[in-house]
Amino acid sequence: MATAEEKSLPTGSDCLQSARSGSNGSETNGYKSGSNLEKVLSAGHFAVTGELGPPQGADPEHILHKAKLLAGAVDAVNITDNQTAVVRMSSIASGVLAIREGLEPVVQMTCRDRNRLAIQADLLGAYALGMRNLLCLTGDHNVFGNHPTAKNVHDLDSVQLIRMVKDMRDDGVFQCGDDIKGLYPSFFIGAASNPFGDPFEFRPYRLAKKVAAGVDFIQTQLIYDIPRFREFMEKVVDMGLHEKAHIMAGVGPLKSSGMARYMRDRVPGMIVRDEYVDRMLAAIAGIPKEERAARRKAWRETGIKICIEQIQEIREIEGVAGVHIMAVEWEEAARPIVEGAGLLPRPTVD
Amino acid sequence: MIVGEQKPLAEIMELLGDARKVLVAGCGTCVTVCFAGGEKEVGILASELRMKSKLDGHPMEVDEVTVQRQCEWEYIDPLGEQLDEYDVVLSLACGIGVQAMNERFPDAITLPGLNTTFLGLPEEQGVWEERCQACGDCILGLTAGICPIARCSKQLLNGPCGGSQNGVCEIDPDVPCAWQLIWDRAVKLGRVDQLMEIQSPKDWSRSRDGGPRKIVREDLRLEDLE
Repeated sequence: MATAEEKSLPTGSDCLQSARSGSNGSETNGYKSGSNLEKVLSAGHFAVTGELGPPQGADPEHILHKAKLLAGAVDAVNITDNQTAVVRMSSIASGVLAIREGLEPVVQMTCRDRNRLAIQADLLGAYALGMRNLLCLTGDHNVFGNHPTAKNVHDLDSVQLIRMVKDMRDDGVFQCGDDIKGLYPSFFIGAASNPFGDPFEFRPYRLAKKVAAGVDFIQTQLIYDIPRFREFMEKVVDMGLHEKAHIMAGVGPLKSSGMARYMRDRVPGMIVRDEYVDRMLAAIAGIPKEERAARRKAWRETGIKICIEQIQEIREIEGVAGVHIMAVEWEEAARPIVEGAGLLPRPTVD
Repeated sequence: MIVGEQKPLAEIMELLGDARKVLVAGCGTCVTVCFAGGEKEVGILASELRMKSKLDGHPMEVDEVTVQRQCEWEYIDPLGEQLDEYDVVLSLACGIGVQAMNERFPDAITLPGLNTTFLGLPEEQGVWEERCQACGDCILGLTAGICPIARCSKQLLNGPCGGSQNGVCEIDPDVPCAWQLIWDRAVKLGRVDQLMEIQSPKDWSRSRDGGPRKIVREDLRLEDLE
């Protein structure tokens, strides 16, 4: 039986109330966390998550504006944690702002910037502030970011982080084995999987380790090679991993042919099939270079169109439980994509 | 072995400041093998210092010495008598040698002429690569003989991150992905199952994180024999 606060998207005060009333066992009505994302996935709906990049500044309006664009279009939104190792407003603080706009956050937590003490402290705080979904990540290497001379941490890796968060939730213990006093932080635990990284044969097993560590849902790297993703999913389904964790396929709209080419040629761990680069090039055929606005419009329309087609194709692949739409710094694109893919309105689950 | 690399001449000159009489002290072990601080490099650097200081109008008197191992008292003790003559000792040993000199001869100033870079091996002539971080808890038996602590940019213990592609690390196409190497070797050895086990968080207290480390072997201590 759902309590009143679980019937609607959480607001700040609802979440605080929920945190006070506890979230272990019966208090979450059989759910692990009681998050909207967990309920949507558990009910068997095809779930949709989005992504929101916090600002490189302290302005709350930045988050509130983006949250408005995404609220209602997605079941929950990932909030990145110093993505690409560039300092930004913290994921947890941004999450508090997102909740104010009725948008449920998925807090991203990397192992790059915090050791096990700092992570656990932040998890207690994040839960107290109403966060219910957590994505456990290794993190981009700091050499890519704006503090390349920083000391990195990597006290834990993402598999160990998953296990730690699960033990905090299910057993009420810190990583060291000490008991958590009072309320346990009970997160719906996510992780990433990259079907396009090497060694390719290892990838399903790496996912299996995350499942064994206790992950509840997976979001994949951006997919621009559906045949390879299909091959990956066949192995995942063979191993039965899709029955133990909800696998969400990562998609994102291309912004330009240059972006497509850059991701194809330059981004480690990504595969972009030539057909996407070609379609983005074809989108601006006949539009002179000087007409920048017209080219931009053509690119963006095609990017959204491709993304919608991808979702429709990926949806048919066995074992895929939802899509994770990454339109960072283009949050406006999320709603037309979700709508175009026939995924609106988003379900409400009691 | 310990691999080092000589500091740029400009930095060395700045470190030496207004010293007029300098002893360049090499080490005959690791840094000789990696061509950074042996007798030959001592000779070359000493010549450079003489020429540079002369060109700058403040000629230095530079002497040279190389001992077998700057990290052991018995090899450096004989240097003690002559150190009074020098304003500064410029050590071309690793950081251990530099500290050994400062510790043994507290009245002399010994400065570093090298950057101690890593524990590694010569991959080929002229190329050295890191292999060990001296973490204090060796896991090579679990990782197909390839160390992810020293060789994975993120020190991952449970497999590769998403940035491994075509065998190289996301940070640099010249850096092999340690987990690609581990996977390939485990496949060859038929030990892939080992990589499927979840490795628990590492006990970093046995590394630098537990504070400076020390080993005491009572069986070897001389006072115990008395």
